[in-house]
Amino acid sequence: MFLKDYIKEVYGAVKSLIVGMRRTGYYFTHHKEIITEQYPDNRATLKLADRFKGEVVMPHNENNEHRCTGCTACELACPNGTIKVVTKFDITPEGKKKKAIDKLVYHLELCTMCNLCVTACPSDAIKMAQTFEHSVYDRNKLTKILNNPGSKIMEGVE
Amino acid sequence: MWSLSQIAGSIHEWLSTTFNPTIALVLEMVIAGVAIIGLFAVLGLVLVIMERKVAAWIQIRLGPNRVGPKGLLQSAADTVKLLVKEGMTPDGADKFLFNLAPFIAMIVAMLLMAPIAFAKDFQFWDLNIGILYVSSISSIMVISILMAGWSSNNKYSLMGAMRSGAQIVSYELSAGLAILTIVVLTGSLQVSEIVQSQANGWWLFKGHIPAIIAFVIFMIAVTAETNRAPFDLAEAESELTAGFHTEYSGMKFALFFLSEYVNVFIVCAIGATLFLGGWMPFHIGNWEAFNHVMDYIPSSIWFFGKTFFLIFLIMWFRWTFPRLRIDQLLNLEWKYLLPISMVNLLLMTALAILGWYF
Repeated sequence: MFLKDYIKEVYGAVKSLIVGMRRTGYYFTHHKEIITEQYPDNRATLKLADRFKGEVVMPHNENNEHRCTGCTACELACPNGTIKVVTKFDITPEGKKKKAIDKLVYHLELCTMCNLCVTACPSDAIKMAQTFEHSVYDRNKLTKILNNPGSKIMEGVE
Repeated sequence: MWSLSQIAGSIHEWLSTTFNPTIALVLEMVIAGVAIIGLFAVLGLVLVIMERKVAAWIQIRLGPNRVGPKGLLQSAADTVKLLVKEGMTPDGADKFLFNLAPFIAMIVAMLLMAPIAFAKDFQFWDLNIGILYVSSISSIMVISILMAGWSSNNKYSLMGAMRSGAQIVSYELSAGLAILTIVVLTGSLQVSEIVQSQANGWWLFKGHIPAIIAFVIFMIAVTAETNRAPFDLAEAESELTAGFHTEYSGMKFALFFLSEYVNVFIVCAIGATLFLGGWMPFHIGNWEAFNHVMDYIPSSIWFFGKTFFLIFLIMWFRWTFPRLRIDQLLNLEWKYLLPISMVNLLLMTALAILGWYF
């Protein structure tokens, strides 16, 4: 019975190796579907994967309004202090004080693109953009303010 | 018809009519040496670019495509880069052995070229124990690897060298037994006779199933002997950075790199000689017309075609299979390949005695 198992094992091993070689042989003979992106050449038509994360951005609508309430959830979620929320207090028409963001400071040079801030955000104010050509000559240029100057919070976002 | 043996013959004739015999012999040796070095350089360039292209195509990539047409000059550019790089010797290394090791690797590769029949009547040295010579000289290869690993004074290098030693020593057995299987059929160790015995069909087809088993075992064993994936434990980039040649740089590294590819070529040439008939054209029994058409293709093209087919097979292995662990490697040899090849040799001997082969 030992011999039977032995032969079975050899047979199984050879079979699985041939299955693997068939697969790679198929790829070799069907040289059409190429996954290589010839990056600087195809810059205009470059298509990135959906889950590619390049930097954190804050989308604004056409009235220069964003959805950020200044709750600092993203700042707390960030593992390496990339985001700093500077808040201020707006006076609403009813005369009440309301917390809002003055600046949302984002340090791209510290960011690891872990996406934790985006998942932490309760009002979907920030998202990951697919840009990736971030190199600059001055390090200070990597510190970005995500909200546009003069922007305010969207109506109905609490 | 134009052939390599005619060129060699006319050079020999011209030399022996122009000079006296001693000088002619010396000049012939020089020409042979230069030819071998030239062949090495061409092989290095061709095989490296071939390997990279095969790897890329198997992995659905493009591979090098910037230097020259379709990237075909990439390996030439790499060679120039390696030539101008500094060849450093580490401070703690055993300097003599460290600098000697790559040359031993190259010398072994050069010695192995001697009995290979590149084309009809075109061979450096047709000695009567050609195959035995090849299998014995190829085992010197391990000395250069051990030398490089030991003299580098580096743990990674030593580990790679030790693994390589264990690997080559054990896989030589099954490679030798696979070679013996064919030697049993031919009854000769001389390369030219082995090729001649396949005039009416290659041993892979004439020798039934035992020959096919021997061929598979031979291919596995020589893949291990040349330290290529899936048996590249000696280099194991992910574990040992580069194994035995971690400390080498510049041209000394290039020599190791070149000798790896030349060794692949040599073992594939031996495989082609033993199993696929060397330079012998593809003949089928009594089909006279077909055989004549096949004879029109020059013998050197047959030889290099078969050799490059086997090289492609080895590259295919490399880019398909994952690396084995050291215990799995030795298990494979001692528990599987060796017993199987022994039984196979017995079977083949019975076939040869009973005359059951074509």
